[in-house]
Amino acid sequence: MDTILLLLHTGPDGGLTRAARETVAAGQQILRDMPGASLVAGVVGGQVQPAIEQLASSGASRLLAVEGPAFGPARHATDAAAAAALIRSAQATLVLAAGTSRWSRALPAAAHRCQGCIDTHATGWAMVDGSLAITRWYYRQRMEAQLRRTPRPWLILFDPGIFPPWDGAPGPAQAQRVEVDADPNLQRTRVEGVQAPAAQAQTIRPDADLLLVAGAGWTKKQADGRAHVQEAEALLLDFLAKSRASLGSSKSLVDLSGEGEAVLSFLTHLNQVGQTGSTPRHPKGLATCCHGEEPHAVGWRFIHERRAINLDPGCGWARGKADVLYVADAFAVLAAVNARLAQAAPPAPGTPG
Amino acid sequence: MTSTGYNIVVCGGLAPDPLQSLEPAMGPSGPALKNEMMLPVVLDPWASHALYEAAHLAGRIPGSKVWLVSLGHRGKLQQMMMTVAQKVPFELVAIEGAAGGFTDPAETAAALAEAIRSIPGLDPARLLVWGGWESATRGAGVTMALVGERLGIQDQFQGVDEFKVQPDGSFRILERVEGGQHQVSICTGPPVLAGWATGSLPEPRNNPQIGMQNMRSVMPALQKARTAKVGAEGVRFDRITLPQQQRATRVVKDLSPDQIADEIIGWIRQP
Repeated sequence: MDTILLLLHTGPDGGLTRAARETVAAGQQILRDMPGASLVAGVVGGQVQPAIEQLASSGASRLLAVEGPAFGPARHATDAAAAAALIRSAQATLVLAAGTSRWSRALPAAAHRCQGCIDTHATGWAMVDGSLAITRWYYRQRMEAQLRRTPRPWLILFDPGIFPPWDGAPGPAQAQRVEVDADPNLQRTRVEGVQAPAAQAQTIRPDADLLLVAGAGWTKKQADGRAHVQEAEALLLDFLAKSRASLGSSKSLVDLSGEGEAVLSFLTHLNQVGQTGSTPRHPKGLATCCHGEEPHAVGWRFIHERRAINLDPGCGWARGKADVLYVADAFAVLAAVNARLAQAAPPAPGTPG
Repeated sequence: MTSTGYNIVVCGGLAPDPLQSLEPAMGPSGPALKNEMMLPVVLDPWASHALYEAAHLAGRIPGSKVWLVSLGHRGKLQQMMMTVAQKVPFELVAIEGAAGGFTDPAETAAALAEAIRSIPGLDPARLLVWGGWESATRGAGVTMALVGERLGIQDQFQGVDEFKVQPDGSFRILERVEGGQHQVSICTGPPVLAGWATGSLPEPRNNPQIGMQNMRSVMPALQKARTAKVGAEGVRFDRITLPQQQRATRVVKDLSPDQIADEIIGWIRQP
């Protein structure tokens, strides 16, 4: 019989993150379709008691924890050691985890140490002939496969946003401590903290309903023969502030910044969407001044509703990549959109009138 | 440390040219791409960034050297070298084997780690193993981590955008984390594994002199490439499908900016 281990790391407050709660939901769903299987939760963190109490009604038959100051920061060496210890302690055959940066960094090593196998970026699951199968994408979201594996333990990292986060009632609970020796060799790396890129003005918002993509056209010469980069910056930032959208960019625009060209100052490589960028998940996406060629458009796989503004009616978006293409000047359209958003927005605190 | 330089080993595989249309096909040994051998290839994009960053670091630290370890069919590796070899100086270590997206990263990692171990004179105390944090084929983000694990490298970083050598020889490393932010870490020194994201360097221009210098070692490396058995043992693919790519695009040509803005506002506000 399978033992499903929910491998969770805490947030800064010692509680479960949204991604961790999604993992709990995944475990509960899969458990229902695997008769005789049992659910175990394993938590890693500097302090884990808040998370353990949140898991009181999760349905886990055992709660395990690796806890201590060495396990607070997201560090490969200590995280891999902790995860491997939990997998062994639980005698897990299936290990479910969220595809967070922390687990994505550490769990391949844990799988190797447990003579197991691992799949990342899983986007779904099904039972096929009585065994678990997962779906994931290949070739940068260009094709989707359903696959099964026979070796165990099988570690599966689900992409964030696949499952609704579990929200069970907390209660009194205690975890069984699993001891891991965090010797100095595992602590050669010291995590200093987290920082936003210097050029960034909080433009990446993973939870936003809308993704706005700024393409290279914003920095090109306009009808008057001149580039209007400052105007473009003002329009885009105004839109982002009013709409609370997340900002993406095409590769070409980000590369221009790397080459020292005059470009939109708030864009960094982190904004890049596509072949060598991210594949964000948002319900809607609006592409502006971007040609929608395949290397960029592959990053739109998980954007459900897509619209684009481009002066070229033959651009990539017109060829089946967007639901609507507006053949128009994005400067003029965005200015008009901003004006409407400003009319609808309540005055900011302290704003006269 | 800085007086003797670093041994920088970059792992980089082949990826189909991103402008190509791809279609899955089931072969006798499992899934593959239709006409895979005919598709033009490039060095995997994120691995390319790792290579450029490695050459940049090696250029600044005397005594450093860069190796590029690449797995693929010999002919495709040679094709890829025609462009990559002109970018930055490196020594190629070639491995003959399957390099498609449907192979298992653990098997790829085993082949890469064995090739790295066989590099003569490699000093673990000066070793930096770099590559892309994910490939453009499998996109799992697992291969480099397992290469590091097999080489016993405990200090691993993924989604790296910056790698700075500090005056005391330690490294200051920025890794991508959630919410468009970077985690900042200090590592005491080598050996370190870094899976690169885009870093900050643009693609170098082709330099024929570098190309000629590299090609002296590339051709012998291709000729003596070891063969590695790389597959996907224990994996069963039930199906591989192309997504519904075509949308019925409505092309709107005759609306004013104000009318378009009204449409967009209405669309944004729809739940």
